[in-house]
Amino acid sequence: MKVTLKIWRQKDGNAQGSFGTYQMDDVSGDMSFFEMLDLLNESLVMKNEEPVAFDHDCREGICGTCGVVINGRAHGPLRGVTTCQLHMRSYKDGDTIVIEPWRATAFPLIKDLIVDRRAFDNIMSAGGYVSINAGGAQDANATPIPKANADEAMDAASCIGCGACVASCKNSSAMLFLSAKVSQLALLPQGKVERKERALNMIAAMDEENFGGCTNTGACEVECPKEISLVHIARLNREYLRASLA
Amino acid sequence: MTLNSKIPEGPLSEKWTKHKFDLKLVNPANKRKYTVIVVGTGLAGASAASSLAEMGYNVKAFSYHESPRRAHSIAAQGGINAAKNYPNDGDSIFRLFYDTIKGGDYRSREANVYRLAEVSNNIIDQCVAQGVPFAREYGGLLDNRSFGGAQVSRTFYARGQTGQQLLLGAYSSLVRQMNTGKVKFHPRHDMLDIVKVDGHAKGIITRNLINGKVEAHAADAVILATGGYGNVFFLSTNAMACNATAAWRAHKKGAFFANPSFTQIHPTCIPVSSDHQSKLTLMSESLRNDGRIWVPKKAGDDRKAKDIPEDERDYYLERLYPSFGNLVPRDVASRRAKEMCDKGFGVGATKLAVYLDFEDVIERNGKQWVVEKYGNLFDMYKQITGEDPYTVPMRIYPAVHYTMGGVWVDYNLETTVDGLFVLGEANFSDHGANRLGASALMQGLADGYYVIPYTIGNYLASQAGGSVSVDDPAFKDALDETNNFINKLMSVKGDRTIDDIHKELGKIMWENVGMARNEAGLKKAIDLIPKLKDEFWSNVRIPGKANAMNTELEKAARLADFLELGELMARDALHREESCGGHFREEHQTEENEALRNDNDFTFVSAWAYQDGAQEPVLHKEDLIFENVKLTSRSYK
Ligand code: SF4
Ligand code: FES
Repeated sequence: MKVTLKIWRQKDGNAQGSFGTYQMDDVSGDMSFFEMLDLLNESLVMKNEEPVAFDHDCREGICGTCGVVINGRAHGPLRGVTTCQLHMRSYKDGDTIVIEPWRATAFPLIKDLIVDRRAFDNIMSAGGYVSINAGGAQDANATPIPKANADEAMDAASCIGCGACVASCKNSSAMLFLSAKVSQLALLPQGKVERKERALNMIAAMDEENFGGCTNTGACEVECPKEISLVHIARLNREYLRASLA
Repeated sequence: MTLNSKIPEGPLSEKWTKHKFDLKLVNPANKRKYTVIVVGTGLAGASAASSLAEMGYNVKAFSYHESPRRAHSIAAQGGINAAKNYPNDGDSIFRLFYDTIKGGDYRSREANVYRLAEVSNNIIDQCVAQGVPFAREYGGLLDNRSFGGAQVSRTFYARGQTGQQLLLGAYSSLVRQMNTGKVKFHPRHDMLDIVKVDGHAKGIITRNLINGKVEAHAADAVILATGGYGNVFFLSTNAMACNATAAWRAHKKGAFFANPSFTQIHPTCIPVSSDHQSKLTLMSESLRNDGRIWVPKKAGDDRKAKDIPEDERDYYLERLYPSFGNLVPRDVASRRAKEMCDKGFGVGATKLAVYLDFEDVIERNGKQWVVEKYGNLFDMYKQITGEDPYTVPMRIYPAVHYTMGGVWVDYNLETTVDGLFVLGEANFSDHGANRLGASALMQGLADGYYVIPYTIGNYLASQAGGSVSVDDPAFKDALDETNNFINKLMSVKGDRTIDDIHKELGKIMWENVGMARNEAGLKKAIDLIPKLKDEFWSNVRIPGKANAMNTELEKAARLADFLELGELMARDALHREESCGGHFREEHQTEENEALRNDNDFTFVSAWAYQDGAQEPVLHKEDLIFENVKLTSRSYK
C-alpha cells in the first residue's frame, strides 16, 4: 500500500520544528509501524538526509521506550497497544499518517520524536520504593498476601512508564503513572510502613517536575497501553488525603 | 598467562561461606572513599549498583537508555528459579545445582553454579520485600510452576512479565539510592572504552548520546553488566540496542572472552515474515506444555492446516521422543524444527516455520481455559501476525535468544584485567553450553545482590580509594583513541547503510554459526566476516554529525564490534570439535542425530585472548573439574 507520512522534525530542543512530508510507496500490512519507519530511514540515509530519530528498544510492548502521537492519539489507534506493536495492517492504501512526539512541559524535546522523560525517574526516586537493603529480608512466605491484593498490585505494577498518560492529558498530569506505583505498594504489606511519606513526596516531586494537576478527565486511561485503571488514581487520592490528615 | 579461577578449597557446599570469610573487607567508615563505575543498569547492573550504594560505596551508573527501567531484562517472560521447595516436591539447593550443571551440558563450573543455587532463595526473599507482586495462591502464599521441562516446581513468576517486575524491583532500589545521592546515574551514555592505569581498570570513556560529547570517568573499580551479544545475528529476540560493545572493548583491553560460540536458540519464536523484519518475538516456552508441534507428512504440502487430515500430520517431537514429546529441551526442539524445514516440510509463506497447534487442548478444556492461561500470548501473536491462534495453529521457528558465552571471570567475577568485573549475561560463568529456562533472571540478580558486594571489597581493600583521577595521562590517551575511532567512522562516507551490512553479517552468522555448524561452514564464515568488516570500514554511510544526537553513528559503533566478535564466535565453534548444549557440530552426533560430547578432549572453558593487529586470537583453557556430579549424556527419548 501507499501512505503519506507527516512527521515532526526538530533538530534539537532549541531549534524550530516543523512537519516533514514523506511518501511511502511500498508498505506491507505485515510490517510493524516501526519497520515502516525503518524503511523510511534507510531511504533517507541513501539520499544523504538525516533519518527520523525515534525512541524504541524492545519492540514487544514491555520496555516503555517507544511512544509517539499518531493522528492525534498516543500510541496510535488501538487500545492496549504500544506504538511498537502497532502493525501497518491497521492502515489502508492512501492514508495520511501524522506522527508527533509526546508534548508536555515536563518532557522536553531532544530530537524529532524523542523526548526526555527523566522526570519520571525523579518522581520514582522521591518514594517509589520500599526501603529494604539487600540481605535484610525475611522469608518470602513469612507474610501471606491475599491473592486479590497481589493480583491488583500486579495490575498496577504493569505500568511501563511510557508517558502516554501525560501526553494524552490536557493538563499534562502524571497522575496515572504515579498512582500505579503508589497503589501497587499500598496494596502490599511491604509498602505500608512508608505509605505516608511516599504519597506526599511523590506528589511533591510531580509538582516540582512541572506536570499539571489531575482534573479527572480520564483521557489517560483510554490511551494507556497497559490499560492502567483510574481506580489507582482514586486509591492514590485516598493515600494522599490520609497522609495529609495524619 | 595462566588462568586462575580462584575456586575456593573445601567441600562444595562450604566453598562460598568459607570464601566470604576469607575475603578482605573494607572498613565501613572507609567505604565512602571508594567509587565504583557500573555500566549497564539491567537486572545485574541495577542490583549491583544499589547494593554497593547501600553498603556505603559511591556509584557512578551508566546506561545508553534514558532510564534504568528500559533495560532488556524487562522482556523476560517466564520466571525465576529458586530452591525454596515450597511445593514440597523434593527440590533442594543440590537439585537446582545439579539440574543447572546437567542442563548446561557439563560445561560450567561446579562452584559457581552451586553458589548460584545457594543464593537463589535470598533473591526471592529480597524481591518480595521490595514489593514485587509475584503470583500467589488463594491462601496468600507464593505460587510456583514447573518450567522448561524441570521435574520440580521451582519457578516463581509474575504473570508473563517476571523480568519486568524483577527489573522494576531492582530499579526501585536503585532510584532510592539516586535519591540519597550515593548513585549518580548517567542516562543516554554509551560506553566506548575502558581505561587502564598501571594495568588496573580505573575508568571508562563514554559518548553522551544527546550531544555527542566524548567524556572520561574515573573510579576505583569498574563493573560491566551490559548483557549478551545475540544481536550479532541481526535478527534475535534481543531488544534493538542490545550490543557487545562494552564487553568487546574490555576484551580488546585484555579481558579474555569465554565460549563465544555458546548461543541459545529458542524454539518458539514468531517466524520472520519478510526482509523488513527488524527483530523477532519470543512466545513463552510454557506454550509447549499444551500445544502440539507438527508439520505435514508430505514435503511442500500447500494446503491450509485445517485441510490436512490427522493421519497426514507428523507430530515429529512426539514421534521421536515418546517420553518427553513436545517438552524436549530448547536446543533439541530448535534443531529438529530446522531439520524439518531444511527437508522441505516447513509451513507458511516462507516455509521456515512449523505449527504449534492448540486444537486438542481447546477441545479438551475449552477455549476459556486457554484464554485464561495464555490469553496475553495469543493476543500478542495475533497483533504481530494478523492470524488468530484460537482457530489457526501458530507458526513458530527458532530464533537467537541468549548468549551463554561472555567475558571470562573468575569465582570473584573479576576478569583477567585487575579491577574489572563482569556480571549477568555479559559474563560466561554459570550456564555452560545451554541455559535452563528461568535461570537468567536468577543469575543476574545473584551476581548483583549477593556476589559482587562481597567480592569487590576484596579488590578494593588492596587499593587506595580515590587515588586515580581523569587527569591521569591514560585517560587522555583513551579519549584520543575513542575520538579517532568516531572520526574514522564518520569519514568513511560510503554507500551502504548500517542495517544493510548488519543484515549481511546476520545472514553469514545464522547460516554458518547458527543452530547447526560444520567445518566447511565455519571456515567460510571466518573467510567472509573479515571481508565484510573491510567493506564496512570502506563503504559504510553515516549521515549527520558526531557532535549531536546521531542514532546511525550509535549503531555503526556497535556493528564495528559485532563484526569482530562474529569472527571469534566462528573460530571458537570451529575449535570445539564436539557438540554440547547450544553448540551443535554436525560432525559430532549420534546415529539418532543427537549431540555427541567429547568429554575427554573438551571438558574446558575456551578463553580467548585478543591480539593486536591482524594476529589470530590465542586460546587459553580452563579445565573444568567435576567432583560432585558424574558426566552423563542427556537422553530425552
Ligand atoms: S500509566 Fe499507562 S500510559 Fe502512563 S506511563 Fe504507565 S503504562 Fe504508560
Ligand atoms: S519499544 Fe519497548 S515498549 Fe515499545
